[in-house]
Amino acid sequence: MNDRTPPALRLAGITKRFGDLVANDSISLTLAGGEVLALLGENGAGKSTLVSILFGHYVADAGTIEVFGKPLAPGDPAAALAAGIGMVHQHFTLADNLSVQDNIVLGTQPLWSLAADRAGPRARLLATAERFGLRVDPAARVGSLSVGERQRVEILKALYRDARILILDEPTSVLTPQEAAALFATLARLVAEGLSIVFISHKLTEVLRVSDRIAVLRAGKLVATLDSATADRTALAELMVGRSVRKPVAREHRRGETVCALTRVSVGDADGAGVLDDVSLAVRAGEIVGIAGVSGNGQEALAELLSGLRSATAGTVSVAGIPLPAEPGAWIAAGVARIPADRHAVGVVGDFAVWENAIAERYRKPFASAGLLRRSAARKYARALTDRFDVRGAGLDAPARALSGGNLQKLILGRALTGGFAQGDDFAPALIVASQPTWGLDVGAVAYVHQALLDASARGAAVLLISDDLDEILAVADRVAVIHAGRLTDARPTATWTRAAIGLAMAGTPSPAEAAG
Amino acid sequence: MRLEARPSLSRTALVVAPFAAIAFTLGVTMLLVAWAGAPIGETYALMFDGGFGSRFAWSETLTRATPLMLTGLSAAVAFRARLWNIGAEGQLYAGALAAVAVGGLHGGTGFDLPPAVLFPAMLGAAVLAGALLLLIPTLLRTRLGVDEVVTTLLLNFIVLLFVSLMLDGPMKDPTALGWPQSVALRDDLQLDKLIPRTRVHTGIVYAIGLAMALAFVMRATTFGFEARAVGASARAAAFVGVPVARTMTIVALISGGLAGFAGAIEVAGRTGYVTLDMSPGYGYSGIVIAMLAGLNPVGVLVAAIFIAGVLVGADSMSRGVAVPTYIADVIVAVSLVSMLVATLFARYRLRWT
Repeated sequence: MNDRTPPALRLAGITKRFGDLVANDSISLTLAGGEVLALLGENGAGKSTLVSILFGHYVADAGTIEVFGKPLAPGDPAAALAAGIGMVHQHFTLADNLSVQDNIVLGTQPLWSLAADRAGPRARLLATAERFGLRVDPAARVGSLSVGERQRVEILKALYRDARILILDEPTSVLTPQEAAALFATLARLVAEGLSIVFISHKLTEVLRVSDRIAVLRAGKLVATLDSATADRTALAELMVGRSVRKPVAREHRRGETVCALTRVSVGDADGAGVLDDVSLAVRAGEIVGIAGVSGNGQEALAELLSGLRSATAGTVSVAGIPLPAEPGAWIAAGVARIPADRHAVGVVGDFAVWENAIAERYRKPFASAGLLRRSAARKYARALTDRFDVRGAGLDAPARALSGGNLQKLILGRALTGGFAQGDDFAPALIVASQPTWGLDVGAVAYVHQALLDASARGAAVLLISDDLDEILAVADRVAVIHAGRLTDARPTATWTRAAIGLAMAGTPSPAEAAG
Repeated sequence: MRLEARPSLSRTALVVAPFAAIAFTLGVTMLLVAWAGAPIGETYALMFDGGFGSRFAWSETLTRATPLMLTGLSAAVAFRARLWNIGAEGQLYAGALAAVAVGGLHGGTGFDLPPAVLFPAMLGAAVLAGALLLLIPTLLRTRLGVDEVVTTLLLNFIVLLFVSLMLDGPMKDPTALGWPQSVALRDDLQLDKLIPRTRVHTGIVYAIGLAMALAFVMRATTFGFEARAVGASARAAAFVGVPVARTMTIVALISGGLAGFAGAIEVAGRTGYVTLDMSPGYGYSGIVIAMLAGLNPVGVLVAAIFIAGVLVGADSMSRGVAVPTYIADVIVAVSLVSMLVATLFARYRLRWT
């Protein structure tokens, strides 16, 4: 590398505090021209904060940023754009009702002109697309595009603005394996054209695959910078977590009777559009069935259906042979342990005390008699629950919102799995419906949740695991079904699926021949 | 500049908030007093004296506080469940009208029933009238998602026009020389005086008792758990099996019932009949009182006495210095806004970026 050409990006001593929390602690990094640098770290390690500072959304408390040797004005997204930094957010910032061209051109043209120039931008857009091998139809409405195509539009939007440094925040989280592979090919092409890329992820495999160097962040600190060619998976995981990671222990697998049965179930949304379409599924005692799929394909409706929050417009839903109505109370009474996807807004009442949330599913029975809450019994149970499920960080009387995500999930898990009994052996759920149970959790909490699901299934619970994280499903599930556009494939043993076959099914193009491969 | 959620909610901050809001309010209204050309210290001293400075002042303040306690409780219980009942004013009038409909001297004598039957019937009718009036917007909200802020607020005007219709029509007092007022309540249905030679009546005992009962219900019963859960997060409440719509409906019946009860208590304890100006905005002041009290039923009692003291004190102050009594309305209004801001700052802090 030539020492006289400045690096594409140089961060020196970036520090950012939020109250007592040090989100970034004196982070120094360089990004060379034509390099892919991966920022690896768990949720809350400080990746997003660092990038937000870089892009001018936050102002660092200390430290400087240089882009191609020139200092970057802090707190000014326009300056970051002008310096050639482009950002592809995890949640896309596109207007669904506009065309691809309008989305890309938006904001680059003068506001006060009578007639918008359409031919010029179109030609430039097509030239950019051609150069980087990003096929798009400028006239297509963004709302009609797939997630992978939308991401392509986001990247193109940055390139159209002459980005020389591209930041991608968890870009594969919404993609099928095939779409992810296409993205990696695109990134290689961009690098060949001289762009520099910052790739943010918490997934080791893809980080090792796409990056030249890896910067590992943990608790706001840069703990290591390694060459990807020589980096080792296990070592990276330990750097990221700060301790050795215990893998969940698989249990002996005995399949019992069918506990949860969906027969030709359809669910429509408020507008009458189908969100689940003719879905059939049987989950037996002692097994874990994973539902894989790109988010937004009906997982939410399936989870709500099996939590008693939504009713089916057609078909039957039964637990242990008994059809259940769309009332959460009936499902709780039937011994269904429910882990909702949004643990903060749905799983707990944030303003309620930890002990109140602990009894929330059973506040009528057994924690009340004659309409009066049995406060001391409730607190006793809550204390036993928080001890047994290792809920830390807030006392029984603190509001649940004070708990971290991992501790909150343990509280919800404990509440669902103990069924109001302080002792462990007095209750065992018949069915567990876990929706995105590890989303956003640190590695330790993820292992805890997986172990809890495995243990419960070993004791005979039927477990339905709905997750966007394919790795999670492949690691934990005995059988896997794939959901796409509200339709569910057969649930087949995990070993008979290949990643490629699951990817195809996630994209909605399953063919028996390929799926069998 | 932006707001950042405080990591933990301090109870001290929540207790200090109303006092800070009131201090700020008095600071702002000071400017208006100065603008009116009156001496600030003397104005406030007169106002305090008029509200709390003597036995008579206290008796007037407590009389005024009685309906305010009830409308304050009405707002507090509804707001706790995030049912935005802005219609306590109308519910109060509906309750007052229902009370007179049952206990009034229709045709000079009224119903031929003993007071032991008629008195509870009168109170029951008032509670029912207020409750049913709030039931309509609540069902529209839970069934169809219609915003109850709009419907309850606008119902106030409909009720007032209906009261006006009744006072000039079927319930008009023929002996009132043409004034639009209702027939009087039977004497044996009037509330007793609590303190001799004052206007303080036993209505305040009902109000205090209801506040205590409500505090207990909200804290210790499953219904209180449900109502608080629905208010704190309707989605989370629904997930754990709280019947959200049913809880809202019961809350509405309690809230509307309390406001209707306030109307009956005013008629039976103070006015003796219904007029179109019997409530100087008690229903709206109840909202301010509930907010100042942090929706705490016992706090409502204190806040109602404070607001009543301001209203009564301003009346007597305006006779001493050249400041109109409207200053009291300004104080009430500004203290609501200040309280909202103070609550915000108890939960969030300002960050300069």
